[in-house]
Amino acid sequence: MDAIILQILNGLDKGSAYALIALGLTLIFGTLGVVNFAHGALFMIGSFCAVTLSKILNLSYEVVDPTKKDFLGNPLKVKMPYVESWFGTDMGAAIIDWSVPLAILFSIPVMICIGFIMERGLIKHFYKRPHADQILVTFGLAIVLQEIIKYFYGANPIPTPAPAVFKGSFDFGVILGFDPNTIIYPYWRLVYFGFAALIIGAVFAFLQFTTFGMVVRAGMADRETVGLLGINIDKRFTIMFGLAAAVAGLAGVMYAPINSPNYHMGMDFLVLSFVVVVVGGMGSLPGAVAAGFLLGVLESFASMNQIKSLIPGIDQIIIYLVAIIILLTRPRGLMGRKGVMED
Amino acid sequence: MLGLNKKDTTLLLVVAILTLCAPFILNPFPEGSALAQFNAGYPDLMQRFVIFGIFAIGFNILFGLTGYLSFGHAAFLGVGSYSAVWMFKLLSMNVIPAIILSMIVSGLFAVVIGFVSLRRSGIYFSILTLAFAQMSFNLAYSVLTPITNGETGLQLTLNDPRILGMSATADGSIPVTSLFGLEMRSTYQMEVGAWLFQFNAGYYLCAAIMLLAFYLAIRIFRSPFGMMLRAVKSNQQRMRYTGLNPRPYTLAAFVISGMYAGLAGGLMASMDPLAGAERMQWTASGEVVLMTILGGAGTLIGPVLGAGFIKYFENIFSKINDNVLHSWFSFLPDGLEDFIVTIVHPFIGKGWHLTLGILFMLVVIFLPGGLVEGGQRIARLFRGKKTANTSKTKTEPAE
Repeated sequence: MDAIILQILNGLDKGSAYALIALGLTLIFGTLGVVNFAHGALFMIGSFCAVTLSKILNLSYEVVDPTKKDFLGNPLKVKMPYVESWFGTDMGAAIIDWSVPLAILFSIPVMICIGFIMERGLIKHFYKRPHADQILVTFGLAIVLQEIIKYFYGANPIPTPAPAVFKGSFDFGVILGFDPNTIIYPYWRLVYFGFAALIIGAVFAFLQFTTFGMVVRAGMADRETVGLLGINIDKRFTIMFGLAAAVAGLAGVMYAPINSPNYHMGMDFLVLSFVVVVVGGMGSLPGAVAAGFLLGVLESFASMNQIKSLIPGIDQIIIYLVAIIILLTRPRGLMGRKGVMED
Repeated sequence: MLGLNKKDTTLLLVVAILTLCAPFILNPFPEGSALAQFNAGYPDLMQRFVIFGIFAIGFNILFGLTGYLSFGHAAFLGVGSYSAVWMFKLLSMNVIPAIILSMIVSGLFAVVIGFVSLRRSGIYFSILTLAFAQMSFNLAYSVLTPITNGETGLQLTLNDPRILGMSATADGSIPVTSLFGLEMRSTYQMEVGAWLFQFNAGYYLCAAIMLLAFYLAIRIFRSPFGMMLRAVKSNQQRMRYTGLNPRPYTLAAFVISGMYAGLAGGLMASMDPLAGAERMQWTASGEVVLMTILGGAGTLIGPVLGAGFIKYFENIFSKINDNVLHSWFSFLPDGLEDFIVTIVHPFIGKGWHLTLGILFMLVVIFLPGGLVEGGQRIARLFRGKKTANTSKTKTEPAE
């Protein structure tokens, strides 16, 4: 029992990342009808927003610290981050420590800008082209974005730690009445899950309870009619693209402490999130979220030793296997809408 | 000739002459001159040209004709490589059985994967093939290690059985791959003045096979079967109403293109007998898509051009470094020289993929028909408007 709960918990954080990326993908697909292979790159850029902010906050100058001496007896030069000299040592150190959560604020405008530029500059011209062309051009864009990041940040993963408060693990088992140390779970992953749930809830609330969201939903159902009613649906869809980019970016920012950002993480996640979208059903937002969590949890279950000894190698292929089975038995995915991507 | 019309015969002959004279054509600059780095006439690179040419020709039979975009073709290449190396390990170092086995095994793989994946079309098909390829890649890395040797890759060793050959040569080293005794790596070198031309046995084997593959592709393109495949691409619905089932045709195309990929993999292993799982990764599948699109999907010569183009520039661009750039732009004033070198720097050396990505995007945006369409446009420009209508050949850009 405790092992099962542990695996469910383990699956949740990866599942949240899948769900967030798949949510953005589905938003773009449902509104603009574009298959965006560059979405993984947006996730990666989000991660690098966190890296950038922590680098900016760590910018420092050297000061002579009279209290310390190096081994020759000379006064030691220590690095003094600008933030610390502006806000005082304690406050500055706290800001640096909290660089990842702060990067959320930093990344939202950045990601929305990138999303706007992408949509207006490139993807706008591909609405009328076949899906294969859309896949190909965004695939090219993904390569370009990832190479640009590689050029500026190098090929190695850059560790970006979470705030010190969230280091360590949370003994989940005690709450549920198991022995201590049976179900332990890192705090940051808990934060990540909560954050993902918040974002997903916010996106759904935005679409469900605002006028803007209502118009967007109407546009997803029947774009032409909404246009005929005198609403500039293209403008709203562009905003939705920016929003989807921001969701992917936020997923990336918060994922930075879990997995040190490197330039190809976007591609790694992209393949899986596409599988997630297809399993959930193209164009279905709840489907994308449900499939994200489902596949995340299944993946962590498959990596249990008992199951691995039963079917060797299952942990490597479970996601793809599930995708194949679902696609063959339920052609529209779990919650796919009729008439979407059926040619 | 050979059942081809005049235009196709000319095309085949041109390709044949170009491939057979490649050691000369690709080596236009004298050894040791400043431009010698643009030479591509060494065996390793030429082999890659033709092998990836075969791979792209095969991919084009599926994508160019039926419009099914497979994102998992590298799996067949990998399977072909593995089976060829196993043949070297178990049977003999002769390349013929290895190549045949690699085609058979990858063909069987393609039957299974195609049978399942072709039940869906469009993006679902892409995702399904991608899923199968990633599954094979992940399995090759983990559970199948006894067969694939995991991360190290499958290599020949001194204690392989090699029933029809020998486990080790007389001087105790691993025997090399050969075609009935003709060693694949044997190279005849010819020095003419300052030029050094290299004629490699392996290259000529690959080139001959590529020509055969190219000829077959022409025949498929021009056959009634090829017509059916085009029908699948343009309108499946109407095809079904005519009383034809598109599934067997697409499956046949899928298997043929899978066998081409397996053949390419087998040849790759024959030239250099090792096989690794990274050949099956989805980025490798992406590469063949790039080649086909860049050259011109749906055209005969396009994929070969694209493969040669990408492999050539990959090689050249990765070799250029800042020093080379400085020597090129040394005629400029110092400040300007440094400025230009700084600007160009991200695009060369390790930044080759950036150049490739940008190039690829430009091609998809402005030239959906690839290099072939570009060539046609230029040709039309020169010939003037009079022939503009007739020069619109059958090579429709793919969708």
